[in-house]
This record gives sequence, structure tokens and C-alpha cells, in this order.
Amino acid sequence: MTDTNWDPSKPILEIENLSISFFTRLREIPAVMDFSCTVMAGEAMGLVGESGCGKSTVALAVMRDLGKNGRIVGGSIKFKGRDLTHMTEEELRHIRGSEIAMIYQEPMASLNPAMKIGAQLAEVPMIHQGMARDEAWKLARQIVADVRLPDPDRILGSYPHQLSGGQQQRIVIAMALMSKPALLILDEPTTALDVTVEAGVIDLVKDLGHKYGTSMLFISHNLGLVLDVCNRLCVMYSGEAVETGNVKDVFDKMRHPYTQALFRSIPLPGADKNSRPLVAIPGNFPLPHERPQGCNFGPRCDYFAEGRCNKAEIPMADVADSNRHESRCLRIGEIDWDAPLKAAKVFEKTPVGKVVLKLDDLKKYYSVSTGAFGGGSRKVVKANETLSFEAHEGETLAIVGESGCGKSTFAKVLMGLETATSGEIMLFDENIQSTPIQQRNTDTISQVQMVFQNPFDTLNPSMNVGRQIIRALEIFDYGKSDQERSDRMLELLDLVKLPRAFAERMPRQLSGGQKQRVGIARAFAGGAKVVVADEPVSALDVSVQAAVTDLLMDIQRKNRTTLLFISHDLSIVRYLSDRVMVMYLGHVVEMGTTDQVFQPPYHPYTEALLSAVPIADTRVIKQRIVLEGDIPSAMNPPPGCPFQTRCRWKGKVAGNLCETVMPPVRMLEGQHQIKCHLPDDVLANMEPVIKMAAE
Amino acid sequence: MLFFVLRRLGVMLLTALALTFIVFYMTNLPPNLEKLAKSEASVRMADDAVASWLEENGHGGPVLLRYAQWIGVAPGWVRLEDDGTTRGRCIASGMAPEDAPTYCGVLQGQWGYSTVFKQPVSEVLGRSVGATGWLMLWVMVVMVPTSLLLGVLSGMREGSRTDRVLSTFAIASTATPEYVSGVILIAMLASATAGISPLLADWGWISGKTLFQGTATSAMDDITFWNFALPVATIALYGIGYIARMTRASMTEVMTQQYIRTARLKGVSFKQVVMRHALRNALIAPFTVIMLQFPWLLNGVVISETLFNYKGFGWTLVQAAGNNDIDTLLGCSVVAVFVVLVTQLISDIGYVFLNPRIRLA
Amino acid sequence: MQDMMTWGQIIAAIALRLVPVWLSLAALFAVSFALKRRLGLYGRIFDSPVGMIGFGMVMFWVFVACYAGMIITHDPLVQVSGMKNALPGSPVKGVEGAFYLLGGDHLARDVFSRVIMGAREVLKIAPAATVVAFMVGITLGLPAGYIGGKLDTSISFGSNLVLAFPVILLFYLLVTPEIRVTWIPTVLAAILFIFPVVFLTILFNSRFFTNPKQRNLYVGAVLVIGLWAYSGLAFNADPLGIWSMDPNVLNVFVSVVFVNSPGVFRIVRGMVMDIKTRDYVAAGQTRGEGPWYIMLWEILPNARGPLIVDFCLRIGYTTILLGTLGFFGLGVTPESPDWGSTINYGRRLLAIAPHPAVVPALALMSLVLGLNLLADGLREESMKD
Repeated sequence: MTDTNWDPSKPILEIENLSISFFTRLREIPAVMDFSCTVMAGEAMGLVGESGCGKSTVALAVMRDLGKNGRIVGGSIKFKGRDLTHMTEEELRHIRGSEIAMIYQEPMASLNPAMKIGAQLAEVPMIHQGMARDEAWKLARQIVADVRLPDPDRILGSYPHQLSGGQQQRIVIAMALMSKPALLILDEPTTALDVTVEAGVIDLVKDLGHKYGTSMLFISHNLGLVLDVCNRLCVMYSGEAVETGNVKDVFDKMRHPYTQALFRSIPLPGADKNSRPLVAIPGNFPLPHERPQGCNFGPRCDYFAEGRCNKAEIPMADVADSNRHESRCLRIGEIDWDAPLKAAKVFEKTPVGKVVLKLDDLKKYYSVSTGAFGGGSRKVVKANETLSFEAHEGETLAIVGESGCGKSTFAKVLMGLETATSGEIMLFDENIQSTPIQQRNTDTISQVQMVFQNPFDTLNPSMNVGRQIIRALEIFDYGKSDQERSDRMLELLDLVKLPRAFAERMPRQLSGGQKQRVGIARAFAGGAKVVVADEPVSALDVSVQAAVTDLLMDIQRKNRTTLLFISHDLSIVRYLSDRVMVMYLGHVVEMGTTDQVFQPPYHPYTEALLSAVPIADTRVIKQRIVLEGDIPSAMNPPPGCPFQTRCRWKGKVAGNLCETVMPPVRMLEGQHQIKCHLPDDVLANMEPVIKMAAE
Repeated sequence: MLFFVLRRLGVMLLTALALTFIVFYMTNLPPNLEKLAKSEASVRMADDAVASWLEENGHGGPVLLRYAQWIGVAPGWVRLEDDGTTRGRCIASGMAPEDAPTYCGVLQGQWGYSTVFKQPVSEVLGRSVGATGWLMLWVMVVMVPTSLLLGVLSGMREGSRTDRVLSTFAIASTATPEYVSGVILIAMLASATAGISPLLADWGWISGKTLFQGTATSAMDDITFWNFALPVATIALYGIGYIARMTRASMTEVMTQQYIRTARLKGVSFKQVVMRHALRNALIAPFTVIMLQFPWLLNGVVISETLFNYKGFGWTLVQAAGNNDIDTLLGCSVVAVFVVLVTQLISDIGYVFLNPRIRLA
Repeated sequence: MQDMMTWGQIIAAIALRLVPVWLSLAALFAVSFALKRRLGLYGRIFDSPVGMIGFGMVMFWVFVACYAGMIITHDPLVQVSGMKNALPGSPVKGVEGAFYLLGGDHLARDVFSRVIMGAREVLKIAPAATVVAFMVGITLGLPAGYIGGKLDTSISFGSNLVLAFPVILLFYLLVTPEIRVTWIPTVLAAILFIFPVVFLTILFNSRFFTNPKQRNLYVGAVLVIGLWAYSGLAFNADPLGIWSMDPNVLNVFVSVVFVNSPGVFRIVRGMVMDIKTRDYVAAGQTRGEGPWYIMLWEILPNARGPLIVDFCLRIGYTTILLGTLGFFGLGVTPESPDWGSTINYGRRLLAIAPHPAVVPALALMSLVLGLNLLADGLREESMKD
């Protein structure tokens, strides 16, 4: 299905001055304004921005699938020289799937649950090339092998729910490649996956891009991934492209204040909560119908010039002495882009106090029944195995691991929502491992509190903000009168830097970051001493992440709180934690200070995890370690070392020790502990995964 | 799978026992028995005469024991009369006591004797269930395809004009209970004074007085379109609206799913998206709904049969209930409970087979 | 001798009788329309044409029921000789200027007045029965969904039992003159009517237990008023004689609640199972809230959308059920003008005189249709957030 009239030296995709609006009953909401970009053959274009900036809308516009309310109100989208905006449904149908294919964020949701994988794959060439059924299945089999899935025949005959998330995403990729499209659109293809699985998928996408010579439009909020995959990059803010250029140019010589602010707010290696804290972007993302006059970023910009930046629409302009590098800023030439960051507040390292929380050999097993209808055998899930550690006053202890590693179970046991199977939890000098929350006294409860992951879920949608905080105060027996509690609630809003007027608001009127702040205020209502923060920023946009992280650190400094920071994101962990504990399938595989864990010797899993985390810094040279396969199910863990199925160092251990014997906890230098069979000399000779290139 | 079916059957059995016991208990409440005694023996009986009549005819003793006898797991009562004859639950008239079986309950096929129809209950039930079977068959034949088609058509493009029109029809038909639609249908199509029949008769288009027949009694012997269409339409109309709305809801939900977008962006044509990708997923919910709606289909049957005087199961139930015919009423409830539970089982199993997500796990 | 009215005259005369209803409707719509942005979900009905039509139809009957005394042209129970099965628009013999607007029934009573009065009968029972059914369903559904386990298994079994019963059979067993002399209606009433009291007591206690003064006030008020009403309604033992219910009505009422509660239970249980996985529920748990607080104040308010929709649908369903009861002659009282019984009497002469049955049939249909449309509009609007 090639277009004969198309000259390969011309752009594959050319979007010019595209404007898209959504029409609701009340008003027209412009989602994308004056957006232009070009993708050449074999090029990978990254589209980066925070949620709501319009990047996915652009992708859907290319597919001409904006739904009932969306409409392209201006500009053109040319694919191989033909304008997509004026095509009929029938013409579009021939292009969709055969020349432009799309990969989506949620692999599970984008596969038909009631159709076999093979049928879903084979459908593509059958529609577009009129291929016979057998041939199409044969092709499907070949492509499934191409996306490195084991046992293609079994996979073709199975239903989507029988595959793991990583496998499903590979199938979606295979489906997109079935008719060798010229352009591949990837809409956050790995956001729903674990980091180590993500690394494998990204690797595959890159390789296949080279192999088939496919052009790509890669949409992501993660700058690190874009650096990894793309040649060119377009940064979007509030419906507009603000900067576009080659990846290296934009990363190293950014020429738009938003891009700069974005990079300053993400934790890159070298950032540190005390000496080089992150700089959050002040203010909030403007709502689509409340965009300011002139530069959309103006109100949040450090370089804002009254009377110029807010006067008229600002056009995209070429950056001097550059190669296809443009920016939407009036003051490109005036700003000193290389000026070092004005030293923000620098903090003293908080001294670490006495032991507040001590876990000794904690175990939590669940018994679950397997089988479709509640019958079948009962199995024991070992969610936590021999968990032992201490946490001190004023310390941040990070708990790192991917899904199924048991970090959430641990949080539940600590909070008293579950009781431990065996072992001890000492909070100050009280044993709480087998006291469920109903039997804990108010003091204990208010001392251990939790901050939740999903900001859209953390507040009760039908109760106003003030009421929710006051309820926590009532429950914690704070104050004698309603007046006293109400005053304290306002103080708490001050503490989390929210205006006092927010007390009257309903949660739906708040942004994600603001909700998360209310969640934090609620957790600290009873003067919590230990706070478990379960991925508190992972669902927030990067610019908001920095502010919320900052806030947590601030409160910690003030109250000398012990923070148990649960996360899968090693960048943020490195930035803010004092000590790190890495978990895999219920086991602590490595624990030590942040420096110890991030430097060799590593546990093989930590090593892979470090390598998998995308870093948005062109100077970083990473060793690529891609783990094979998926995380085993906690219901059915492998014998011996839990990590042995994916470990690349297994060959260095004599015999079949790894397959048969659970490795003991070994103490390396300075309280650095590791659960691995590798001999000392191998550990000692490990190379660091992340290196800075010589500057 | 086997385990699932077994467990399901166990729960079913328990439910059936509980339900029949409740019915047995309620029909055998003292006032009902008193009424029975008075209608069977003499209307002007004194209270103690009633008590002794009940005692003599096996209606005394603990409820549980009588229930067990009725089921057939306890020996039927036997009584030696003053005149030397032996009477008993299991001893039919003219039968030697020693030949009679010990147990004679539902399990043995002894459903008792209907006081209204003066026939064994099993015969009454056999005839009426057979008649209702025809009615249900035609209702299903009309209702299921129509409602699924309506639902799919309106759910396929949510908010389109087709959708608006069909949804309005569906809502209107769910808002019209059988006794209302039946009355209106008769008034419109089968009344000699109102609706279209007088007009048609005037014009000489129909030979009789009415277009359709207002009763379905003749359908007991010979089902024709003219005597059967109205009762079937009455029952089906209410169901069509309900199932169509369920199908529509399920279809609109499926059409917003990501995998439908995937299919669309794969270049699949709209027709194929609906046929190959949406339909199977969209029919899972309505299937269970159709099956679970049997309790109220029975409702419709009772109303429609009463209204059209069709002597099927529902009509029998009303007669039995109205005339305190305990054995028939019990028989009817056993049938009803059985139908409901079996359809529930079918719905469960069918759901598992339609939905591959549960089939293998 | 007066002439028969034409259909145009009949419609004009009816419209004239209904003037108070039209005025009230106009006032209600004007006020609601003006304030629709400030009235939350209620105001949003006025954004949806479907919802608005539905709401209008429902309110029409509500106002008709309110003003029934003013609207009727004749006493609905009085029989006028010579008016048996009279056609719509027939003049009443011997009374100048009086007409049977919609004809007479088989007992020569005015169909129009009976239908208007019938609205009052229906709207007296259906909403109240639905409210009680909701209280029962919620009070049982919350713990079943939230706590689960054996409790859930047993309550669910019970509710499936009731749901598996063909409704007609249940009514034939429950609503009979014989059963009224037994303990069954009273015991059912005793069980079902205690739920609202229990529900409200727990509701306030779980919320205000941190502040005993306030708690005692609210819970005390609920208990005093609740138990007082309870004693009167369930046992007819109100010492002051204010709360009482006719045994017939009680029997019907209890049966309708009994049939409806399992449906509510199922919906509530399903919603709770969904909502209890939210983080704000976990947040409540981690600050040591009791289970009832979480169920009633964290979960229930967030299930309100679908419950309100179901409430509207269920009032319609209850109306249908009441009609069914009347249709089988099991209704409130034989004389009562409620729509079901009227249809039942009318249907026997359907072939000769359809109007006595058709008029109440259309009335019932329009009320239920209105409720359905309202529910549909509400559902659509509540999803548009």
C-alpha cells in the first residue's frame, strides 16, 4: 500500500497551524492552537507536555478521531502530501491501520476482550491487503515473534486477559506493525507499565523503528523517555507548541522559559533536597477557557515582561544559529540562558534522631483461593517476607519496588488495616503488629498516618475540604470546641500553602496538586510522627511534583517526621531519601543509605531498576540492562532467589544455588545489606550503571 | 467448572426448599385451612368441628412434618377411622391400605388433588403449563430479536436520531405495565365500539365485529394470529422496552471502550466494528437480563392470561389463589420456582461461556 | 335535556378544572429555571429536555393529587342513576350544567373524578413505600458490601430468595384477607419499619459520637419520634393515636416494601463494593473511623447519583405493582378509586365501554413514563460531570 506519487525526501507528516476545539453546551474550548510540526521519513518526533496540554489531541487529530465534540477549526494535516483534514471517512479508513497506526496507553483496554489475539492481529492485513485468512495468521505469527514474545502460537490462540500487561503492550505494537505503516503514533505507550517492563518495550519500539524505517510520533510526559527514543522534540504548553527542535538542542540549549523551568523541576542526577533543591514552577496550569492574553506561560514565567509578553499572540520564531530549532518566546535573544540557577534556599541536612519505628522479621501471608469459581486449591501468597529495618526520627526512608513487591501490603500492616502473620512492629516502645486499627488508641493512630497515591481519589468528593480536615481533628480528639478545630484546620491549610478560602471548596474544584496538599494536611492533622507516603507524587505532573515533594520535605524539617516514601521512581527517591530499601516479590533485596544503593556493588535487581529509569540528561551514559520476561506472580514465586528468573548475573554463581536456596542477608560495608548469592569479588567489580560523560 | 455447577445446584436446591416451605407455610396458615375446611365440608361449621376436620384430614400436627409429607420425605399420614377403615394421605379411594405406598409427595409425583378443577393437580398443571409454554414461546420469538435489534441500533450511535426515537419507544413501553397495554390494545383493536374495529367493519374490511379477538380462549385448541397476537404483544411489549434499554446501555458502553477505538483506527469499517467487535461484548449483559427477567415474565403471563382468559399457568394460579386451592397453588409455586431457578442457572452458565474473561482462569 | 359534549369541549372543560395545577406547574418551572445553576442536581434536570418533560409529568400528578379536592366534579364514590357506562361528555341527569367529563363506570360513578382521586391514592403509598424500601436496602446493603464474608452471603441469599419469587404469587400469598388475621403482616411491619429508625440512629451516631452533646440531641430526637411513629404504624399502639395505618393499607404497604427492598439491596451492595476500594475510604480507615461512619458518610453520599435515579424508577415500579395488586382485586379497598382496581373493574366491559379502563390506564402510564423520563434525564445529567 504505497503511494506512488510521494517523494521520500518530503516530510511524511506535516502539520501546519492546526487548531482544534471541543464544543460543549456552554462554550467552545480550544484544545490546540496554531500547532505546527513536521516528521520526516524515519524520524522519531517526541511530543512532550503536562496533562491537558493537548498532546494527545494532536495525535487523535492526525487519526481524525476527535469524537463527537471535537473539531479541527483551522490548519492542515498533510500525510505524504495529502491533506487528512478534508478526507472522507472511506478514504481515512484506508489510511488508518495501514499507513498510520497507533499504540495506546492502556494495553488491556485497547484489546478486544472477547476476541482471540490472532484474530485481532490478522484482521489488519485482511482488511487492507485483502489477504487470505491463513496467510494473515502466518504473518501475525511472524510479527508476534518479531516483538519478542515467547511461544507465538500459544499467544495467538489466547485471549487478552490471559497475558500480562507487558505482553499485551507488545501485542498492541505488533498490531500496529501488521501492515508496515509509514507513521506510528505512540500515545504514552508505557505509562501503565512497570519500569523494568517499560524499558523492554521502549527498546523494542526503538529497534523496530530502525528495522522497518517507520516514522514515529511519540507522545509522552516523560522527558527521559523522549531522549531515549526520539530525534526531534516538540514541547507543548497549554495547547501550543512552545519549543521544537532536535532533541539534543532542546535538552542542552533550551530557548523557552517553560522548557527551562520543566528541566529545573525534575530530579536529575546531581539534584539534592538539601544542597540543590528542585525549583517548582509557581502557579497552576491555566484552564483551557481561562488562558491569559499573550504568552500562555506568562503568569508563571520568571522572565515575564509586562506590556510585552501579555500584549498579543506570540508567534513561533527561529532560534538564531540553529538547525530547525524554534521557540515561542519574544525574549529569546535577551535572556541569558546559561546563567546558573539563582541559588534557591539551601537547607542544613536534618540530623537523624532516635529510632521511631522498628520492624523485626515481619511476615505477612495471605491465603487466597484460586480457580474461576471460588473453588480450587487455596494458596498462600507471601506478600512480605522477613522485613526488618529501623526508621529514625526526621529520616526519609524510601521503599522502592515495582507492582507486586509487597510495599502496599507492608503499608497496610503498619497502618493496622491488616495484622502481621509474624514478627514485630515497634512504634516508639509499643508493639503494634497484631493490633488492628479498631483497637489502637487515638494516640497511636494519629502518630502513624498515610498520604495516598491517587489525588483524584484521596478526598471524599461529596464533602468540602475544611470539613474533611476537621473530621480528622475530631477523630484525633484535637481541641475542645468546634472553633478551636476550625482554627487548627485553617492553620493546616497554611502549612500546606493553600489559601484559607479553600476550606469551603469541594474537591472537584481543586487541581490534582491541590488535592494532594489537602491529603497531606489531613495526614498531619493529628501531629503524625510517622507518615507513609504511597507514591504521593507519581500521578502528578512534573511541575507539580516538585512543589509537593518540597512541601513534604518542609513539613518534615519542621516536625521532624519520619517519612516512609514508597515509590517506583528511582530519580525522585535519589533526590529526597536518606536511606533506600529495595523490594522484590515481598523480599528486601537491598538496603542502605542512598549513596550505597545508587553506587555499586548493587543487587542485580537494583542494577536493572537503575538502568531502566529514563533520565532526561544528555550527559548521562547508561548501561542498558533489559530484563527478560515479566515479574513473576506473588502467588507463584520461583524457588530459591525470587529474582533468579530474570537475573543476568546468575551464571556467576556456582552450581544451581540461585534456583534452590534463598540467599541470606549479607552485610556489606557500613550497614549496607544485600540479599544475593554473588561472590564478593563479583560484587566488588560491578560497574556503575549511570555515569556522567566527561564534560 | 463441574464444581461451580455443583455448588450452584446446591444453592438452587436450598433456595427451592426455602421457597416451597414459605409457600407451604403461607398457604397452610390457620385461616386458610379453616376456609378450606368450610368449603370442603360445610360452611356453617363450628370452630371445634373445623379443628377436628382438619385433624382428621391430615392438616394437624407440626408444619414441618406436613411439609415433609408433601415433599415426600416423611411417610404420609395414616388414620384408622372409627368404622374400621384406614384412610391416609397415600391411600386413594378404593385402594387397599396395605397396597398404598408409604411416601407420596411431590418427589413421588403425587401433587395432590385440585379442589377447584376437581382433577389431580399434576393434570391441571400439565395442561396449563403446556398452554403457557406456547404463549412463552411466541413471546420469546417476538421479544428477543426485536428488543436486541432495537437496543443495538439505538446504542450503536448514541445520541443520533435513530437512538432518540428508539429510546423514547423503549421508555414508553417499559412505562406501560401489561394490564395497561392489554387494556389499550383491546380497546384499540378488539373493541366493537372503540378503536379501529368499528371503522374496519364499516368499510367491510373485516367480516367479524372486531379485528382481533378480545379473548384467547379459542387459542387453547387452535392458535391463530387473530386470537394470539394480542396476548403475546401484551407480554412482549413490556419486555421489549426493558431488554432494549439494557442492550442499549450495554452497547453504548461498549462503543466507548478503547478497543472499539483501536478497531476503528485499524481501519475496520463501522459495520464490521459493530458486528465483529462490539456485538459479542455488548450482548453479555442483556443475555443475563433476559434470563433473570423470568420472574416478571411470569408476572406478565399471569396478567395477560387473566385479561385474555387464556387458561394457562397464570390463569390457573389466579383461580387457585382466588379459591384457596392449596394443592394447586403449591404445585404452581413449585413450577414457578423451578422455572426461575433454572433460568438463573442458565444465565450464570451462559454468562461464563459468553465472557472469555471468566471461562479460563 | 342537555346535549353530549364534543371532544373539544371535554378537553377544554378538563383543562379548566386543572387550572390550579397549571398555575402551580408554571410557578415551579419559572422559579426552578431562574435558579437552575444554584440548585445542584435538581437544577440540572432543567438542562435536559427529557428530564424536564419527565419532571413536568410527575409534578403534574403530584399537584393533581394535592388539589384533587378542588378538581373533582363529583364525589368519586357516589353513584348517579342512569349514568352507568355513560360515554364521555354525558350530561348528568337531573343536574343542570353537570357532566360526566370522561363518562361513567359500571357503577355509574364519574370516571374523571375517580381518576383524579386515584392519583392521591397512588401517590400516598408509592413514594412512602419506596422510601422505606430504600432504607431497608441501604441498611442491609452497606454492611453486606463493605464487610462481605458470611454476612454478605447470608443477606444475599435472603434477598435472592425474595427476588426469585414470582411477584404475583407473593402478593397472592401476602395480601389476602385471611393473612390479615395472622401475625405475618404485623411481624413484617415490625421488622421493616424498624429499619428507618435504625438507619437514622446509626447515621447520626457515627457522625457525632465525638461530640456527645450534639449526638444525644440528634439521636434522641430520632429515637423519640421514630419509635413513636413505629409503635403506631407497626403495632397500631400509638398512645396518642396520631400514627396509625389501616390494616388493609398496612398489608399492601408492607408487601410492596418487602418486594422492593432486595432490589435496592443489590444495587447498594454493588456500589459499595466498587466505592470501598477508593483511597478516601482507606484514608478514613487509617484514621480509625468506625465502619458505620465510613459506610454512611464516606461511601453512601458518593453512591447517591445512581441511587436517586433508581429511586425515580422504583417509584414507577411501585406504582405498577400497586396497580397490579388492584388489578387482581387485592388492592387497598374495593371501593377505593385507585387506578389498578379501576382498570380491573373496567376491563370486564372493555368490549362495550372501554373508557372506564382506558382513562386510568393512561393516567398510570403517564405517571410511570414521567418517572422513567425523569430518571433518564437525571442519569444523563449526573454522568455529564
